[in-house]
Amino acid sequence: MIDADRQVLGHSVRKSGTDFSATAAACLVDSLEMAGSRRDEIVNAVSTGYGRSNVAFVTARSKTEIGCLSRWGRDRFPEAITIIDIGGQDNKVIKLDQDGRRASFKMNRKCAAGTGAFLEEMSLRLDIPLEAMDALARQSLEMVKLGSYCTVFSATEVLENIRHGKKVTDIVKGLFYSVVKRVLEMDSHAGRVVMTGGVVAHNPYIVEMAGEMAGRPVVLPEFPQLAGAIGAALYALDETDPIGVPDNIPAGETDG
Amino acid sequence: MAEEKKATRKKIQAADRMNKIMADYFYGLNEAATTGKRKVAWCTSVGPAELLQALGFAVHFPENHAAMLGATRMSTDLIPTANAIGYSPDICSYLTADIGAYLKGITPLAKAYPGIQSVPKPDVLVYNTNQCRDVQDWMAWYSKKLGVPSIGVTSPKNVNDVTDAHIDDVTRQIEALIPTLEGIAGVKLDMDRLRETVSLSRECTELWKQVLETATASPAPITFFDGAIHMGPAVVLRGTREAIDYYKVLLAELEQRIRDGVGAVDGETSRIYWEGMPVWGRLRQHSELFANLMSTVLASTYCSSWIFPSFDGNDPIRSMAKAYLELFIVRSDRYKEIYIKEMIGKFRIDGIIYHDAKTCPYNSNSRYGLPGRVEDETGVPSLVISGDLNDLRCISDEQTKTNIEAFIEQIAEGR
Repeated sequence: MIDADRQVLGHSVRKSGTDFSATAAACLVDSLEMAGSRRDEIVNAVSTGYGRSNVAFVTARSKTEIGCLSRWGRDRFPEAITIIDIGGQDNKVIKLDQDGRRASFKMNRKCAAGTGAFLEEMSLRLDIPLEAMDALARQSLEMVKLGSYCTVFSATEVLENIRHGKKVTDIVKGLFYSVVKRVLEMDSHAGRVVMTGGVVAHNPYIVEMAGEMAGRPVVLPEFPQLAGAIGAALYALDETDPIGVPDNIPAGETDG
Repeated sequence: MAEEKKATRKKIQAADRMNKIMADYFYGLNEAATTGKRKVAWCTSVGPAELLQALGFAVHFPENHAAMLGATRMSTDLIPTANAIGYSPDICSYLTADIGAYLKGITPLAKAYPGIQSVPKPDVLVYNTNQCRDVQDWMAWYSKKLGVPSIGVTSPKNVNDVTDAHIDDVTRQIEALIPTLEGIAGVKLDMDRLRETVSLSRECTELWKQVLETATASPAPITFFDGAIHMGPAVVLRGTREAIDYYKVLLAELEQRIRDGVGAVDGETSRIYWEGMPVWGRLRQHSELFANLMSTVLASTYCSSWIFPSFDGNDPIRSMAKAYLELFIVRSDRYKEIYIKEMIGKFRIDGIIYHDAKTCPYNSNSRYGLPGRVEDETGVPSLVISGDLNDLRCISDEQTKTNIEAFIEQIAEGR
């Protein structure tokens, strides 16, 4: 939720679960509460992400997350940038030129390598909470290198390293290294490199590692996990009639 | 809710006529195989079909059958049967679907054409590796299984310019097939009949080219998805009068659409080129996805691969060799880049989609840097989508949809 000055007023992140509409509605309630706003103060809304067609309170239209990340990047960075977004399901590399136009984008191929799903799988294998991984990786003195593309093969490599007595901290840093390597390999980079998505929001050490590996500073922006959502809100603002108030959000439909 | 719209491309009226001649073709094949009135040859898609027709064979095209398995979404259940006997999930899913179907005794022909029980039993299998090595391995399996000979042309590949040396080679290979084929057919090759067949193929190919080139109009009266279906006669009936008569009817309908200003997709806002194989099991879904985005996929390498300008009835065998060699899939990336750039200009393309088909490296032209080079030179954006022609296990529909929607957004915002 943003205001007319493009400032973030309220936000909420929940696991999407099995009822996207209900989850989106709950996020709206959370965001309204955080912003101290009322439902009827919302002028326009745009949905994005994999569940973009299932957001009951959006009557206008949806945009892809790639489009929304680009819109966000154009708003926040007045220069050519490369956005590397690491999400739970996929990762994306999006290049914007100096005018903020999207020059190209790439999504990962049909493979979990370099995505949040890979780290989730590994946290289960290692029996480590996801939220503990960042601190563990930072303690590593001798990183374990994992060579495989494949999540299943990587899991076997992790088991082999455990069997050889490698430290958990070194294995976790190896997992982070694997994620960074996969996403950096996806495409070339132009301009400033900015990383977004839930994985870097919860594991900022990945951004530091990416900077070291790329040999250039990598930016971790404010609200990295919300970049796509902010982009959607910016699209909603773009479409808002500055004089009138479009009646896009029917009252009383927060329950989907 | 931001509901997904449902849009469809417009139906082509000539489709009923096409369905009739395709039915006649399949029933004719079935009759040949079940009565023994005519010998049956199986031929790979750009194999020497003209020679086989001139010798009186009824010609079955396994790739056409495999595409039907894909389009009917039967293939994904059949491929594992071939995998289980040692044919990897990483090789051609036409091959694995077709062999899997044979092993299970299944064919989409039986459902589409009542009375047909199976694919027509061959008397000979004929291949041309201009498509890929897989067609040779495919025919080799049937050869062993059915005890019939498999013969063919081993084609040069990655050709920059087609030279006399290449043409001499393939001409000699085609000529070398003749004695064996005459022995199986039980007749001597009638050169006049071959000349006529090659001339008919040429006429068919010219009409097919005109059909595809109607899409230079704006809005385009035909899409790639229509083309993938309406190319049927150009594939299985080239060298026959029926195909020629059909394309005259289809061309007239499309020209009328142009005169009426009717596009295949309502409100065409972007014009897309498709490089690579169709995803047969998702043809309708992809068609609707683009129609909803008011985008027309209007030209493709795939449909254009059945244009053979070199067929010449005056020099039948050598011109067949030349035509089979000039095929896009036989050529180097240098040639392919020039070709795609010409297509971008001719059809006024706003964006190119490269389908990277998991099991078909020969039709996946995004693996050696070609998209980037074409984009750098033309400024026309491109997108690579991961998928497959027949194996739906290799496809993420949601990722495909997101990629394509984002690509169309990018084209719109770039204006």
